[in-house]
This record gives sequence, structure tokens and C-alpha cells, in this order.
Amino acid sequence: MSSPRRKFKDRFASRLVQVGFLVVVLLLWYLATTRWGVNKLLLPNPLNVWDQLADVIRKGEYLNDLRITLTELAVAFVISTVSGTLLGYAISRSPYLIKVFEPLFAGIYSIPIILFLPLYVLFFGLGPASKIALGTTISFFPVVLSTIAGFGNVDKVLVTAARSMGASDYQLFRFVLVPAALPVILSGLRMGFTVALLSVIGSETIASLAGLGHRIVNLAENMDMARMFAYIVFVIAIAASLNTVVSVLEARGRRQR
Amino acid sequence: MDGAAAAFSVILPDRALRIENLGMTQAAIPDAAIRVRNVSHQFGEVGEARHVRALLNTSLDIARGELLCLIGPSGCGKSTLLNVMGGLFTPTTGAVTVGTTPVHGPMPHDIAFIFQESALFPWNTIFENMILGMTFQGVPKSEREDRARRALEAVGLDEFAAHYPSQLSGGMRQRAALARALSLETQILLMDEPFGALDEQTRMVLGEDLSVLLSRSKKTIVFVTHSLGEAVFLADRVAVFSARPGTIKEVITVDEPHPRKPEFMTSAKFHRLRDQLYGLLHEEIRKSMSQSAKPKRAYEDQAKGDS
Repeated sequence: MSSPRRKFKDRFASRLVQVGFLVVVLLLWYLATTRWGVNKLLLPNPLNVWDQLADVIRKGEYLNDLRITLTELAVAFVISTVSGTLLGYAISRSPYLIKVFEPLFAGIYSIPIILFLPLYVLFFGLGPASKIALGTTISFFPVVLSTIAGFGNVDKVLVTAARSMGASDYQLFRFVLVPAALPVILSGLRMGFTVALLSVIGSETIASLAGLGHRIVNLAENMDMARMFAYIVFVIAIAASLNTVVSVLEARGRRQR
Repeated sequence: MDGAAAAFSVILPDRALRIENLGMTQAAIPDAAIRVRNVSHQFGEVGEARHVRALLNTSLDIARGELLCLIGPSGCGKSTLLNVMGGLFTPTTGAVTVGTTPVHGPMPHDIAFIFQESALFPWNTIFENMILGMTFQGVPKSEREDRARRALEAVGLDEFAAHYPSQLSGGMRQRAALARALSLETQILLMDEPFGALDEQTRMVLGEDLSVLLSRSKKTIVFVTHSLGEAVFLADRVAVFSARPGTIKEVITVDEPHPRKPEFMTSAKFHRLRDQLYGLLHEEIRKSMSQSAKPKRAYEDQAKGDS
């Protein structure tokens, strides 16, 4: 067993390496644009990008695109969470249904569903509806698969023990099945959230009318590289904070079951 | 089902005779805590690869306040019988009554189970496990904490109430499971190889503790084990099973008051009874080993053919 002090030191050291790595990347970026003569249209100066980012935030120009992207993400994630957990639970109640649907869903999950984007645009138009539909489709599978796995693999002896002590159906669900399945379901939800975010922003860059992805492609087409990079940095920051929030919620959910 | 009926009609006359015999030697106990009558149980349907006749026409009376051990070769149906007694399985044929009530499902107010794995909920502390068990059983909220504390004290785990099961050793987990069963204050405890996964020293100490507890509580206990020593040390009577399809071959009485001391284990009486048990079991274990080797291979061949 390592002492807490030692653990802290280890963690501090690895953080230092991570930060150092980022600093080196930034430095190389800076040197590439100022010293090594890389074309500004390919790679703008990072200081320039920083100025543009400050400008984007000060003017509040991002607000409408951010609102659209987050709304698409939220609607897609809520639909896939509700449908995925409900359907997953229903399937997990029957070994026969698990045998039928688990391989089916796992198979569909492994194909690149983004290929259907043109079809979705045809069905739902260029607006948010097609992004929501794609985000829902893609994030549905990790949620439903983890729900089936979570509820399907509850230790039988725990269920038998609860029944022998007189647990009602509701009590069995609330105090045995849910706590047993929750860790698996939560990591499925986290995965679903990540792929929903990816597919919403990704599909915005391919075919859309608005949203952060749309804005980035638009700036690229206008050769406004520094501002485009500023938006990329902005999206990365948003995505990182959302993923952190989701991870924290997942950890808290695991503790409070 | 036709096949099963035919198979039973062939076997029944002979078995019926044996039940009569059993009725003579093991006279029905008046006011028994549990009555098992002509219970047979099979898993799967006849003709299926998984089809197993686990129990055949078993009858047994368990007296109030006694500790009865079920012992037999593995796969002989002793755990099946325990589950049938507790209403966890509905037998294919036959009936079980607890007191005067026919068993048709779990009877949480009369019967508490202890399983080989502790079956404690790993996400709850030991104390929360106690509370949850009583919540399931329907104990009024005001009584739960008090009863949980008393049960934990009885098994010597009061200092570990706030621990999670994973923080305890296997022996302590089984004691916690025993405490949870005791907190339910049922008249009957059904224990399915409760110490089976523990090392021998721990098992012996827990056996002594159980004997002490039992002498105080006057509970009726049915205890499945595959350990000859454990059976003789704990039991008032030991029911010996035949190889599959299992039925009770003979019941041996261990006439020694509880609580039993470790010295009992070195006495001549202990050894005589243990040897007698081994004599009864030896042939059945051979039989069960030879029968389990063949179907298993057949099953594997079939599995290979399927894939």
C-alpha cells in the first residue's frame, strides 16, 4: 500500500506530464506559425486564435449556435435514454428476448450509422430534426445494450434471497435490480452522451442550417481560419465540461444507489 | 409429459413399497414443523438435454426445534429439497406443509434462508442489509434498528455494522447472513451449505457458534452439507440421500445435547456415527460419480454439434 502522500505525489507527477504535453503542443504550434513559415490559411497563429476567441465570447455571437447544438443534444439524449432504458429493461426480463435482441443491437451498434445522415436529411430536413434523429439513433444503442447487460446479469442468489425474505415486485426492482444494474447502465449513459455529442456536432458540419458545427464549416469556407480555430477551441471546452459533468453525475449515481 | 407419466408408473409400485417402509422406520412425527410428502422434482422436460430428475418420491418429517442435516453425493437433490421446503421451487409432484399451511411460495414469516454465498447486497452496509431484510419481511419501522443490533450482537458482528460485505472475510459474511436470518425471527432456518465455501477451521468455529445459538433459540433448522463431520457435529438427525434421482436412503439420529463442545468431535461416539455415515454414503457417491461422468460428455458432444 502506498501512503496518501506518495499517492498525491504520483498524481501530481502525472498531471505535470499531461500539462507539459499540452504546453509543448502549443509551443510547437506557435513556432510553426512564427518561425517555420507554415501558411496562415493552414494554421493560424495561436495568439491570433486567442484574440478571436475573446472576441467571440465578448460579443456573445456563439449564443444562438450553442443553444441550437445543446438543444439538439439534449433532446437526442433524453429520447435515447428514456427509450433505451425502458426497452432494455423490458428485454432483460426474458432470456429469449435477450437472445434475440442483444446480438441484433450489438450488430447495428457496430456499423457506422452516420452513413444514414443523407437519408435522415431527406426525411427530416436540414434543420435540427435530422441532427436529433441521428443523435438519438446513435446514442440509443449503448444505452439499450448496457441496460440489457445491467438488468440481465443481476446475481440470481440476490434475487432469490430477496424473494425468500418476502420482497414485493416493486421492492425487488427498487432495492435489488436497480442498484445491481445501475453501474453498468450509468456507464452506458455516459457512452451514449459522448456519441450523441459527437454525432450532433459531426452532422452539423456535414449538412445543416445552424449550430456550432455549422458555424465552424462556414468559417472554414470563408477562409477565416483564426476564428474557425477559436470556435473549435470553444467547442472542445464545452464538450470537455459536459463530459466532466456527466462523469461526476455517474460517479455520484454509483455511490448513491 | 406422457413419457414422464409412463416412467413414474413403472417406478411407482416399487417406490411406494419403499415409502411404506420409510413410514414404518421413520414414523411420522406428530406436530412436525415441516412435512414433506412424496415430493418429486425434475428440471426441464423429458427428452430435453437439460432434463434432470433431481428428486424422487421423497417423504420426511422435521420435528420442531431439531437440526436436521441433509447429506448426499453432489447433484443428489438435497439443495432442491431445501428449496422446495422453502417454497422457492414448486415440486413437480408431492406437497410440503409448514405447520398446517401448504407451501406454495416463499413464507418469509415462517422461513428464513441462508445460502452458500452470503447473498448480502454488496451495495449496502451490513446494517443496511439487516434493515432491508426486515423491510422485505414487513417488520414495523420502529422495531427494525433494535432487532438488527440484537442480531448482530448475537453473531458478534456489532462492531462491523457500518462495513460493506466486501470489507469482511468469508466467515464474517456468513455470520452476517446468519444475523440477517435471525433478525427475521422465523421459527425455521433453511441453510444451503452455508459454510461450504469456507476453510475448515472457520467452518468448525462457526459450527460451534451455531450449536450454541441453536440451544438458546429453539429454532427448527434444516442444514444441507457435504461434510460428514459437520453433519454429525451439528445435527440431531442426519438424512442420507441416495444418488440421483435423489431420495432419502436412511435417517441417522445423533443423540447428543446442544450446545456441543469441540471435545465431542474427538469422542468415540462421534467417530462411530461418522463412520456409519461414510458407509452409507460411499456407495452412493461412487454411483453418482459414474452417472455424472457420462451425461456430461454426451451433453458436451451435443453442444459441439450445435455450434
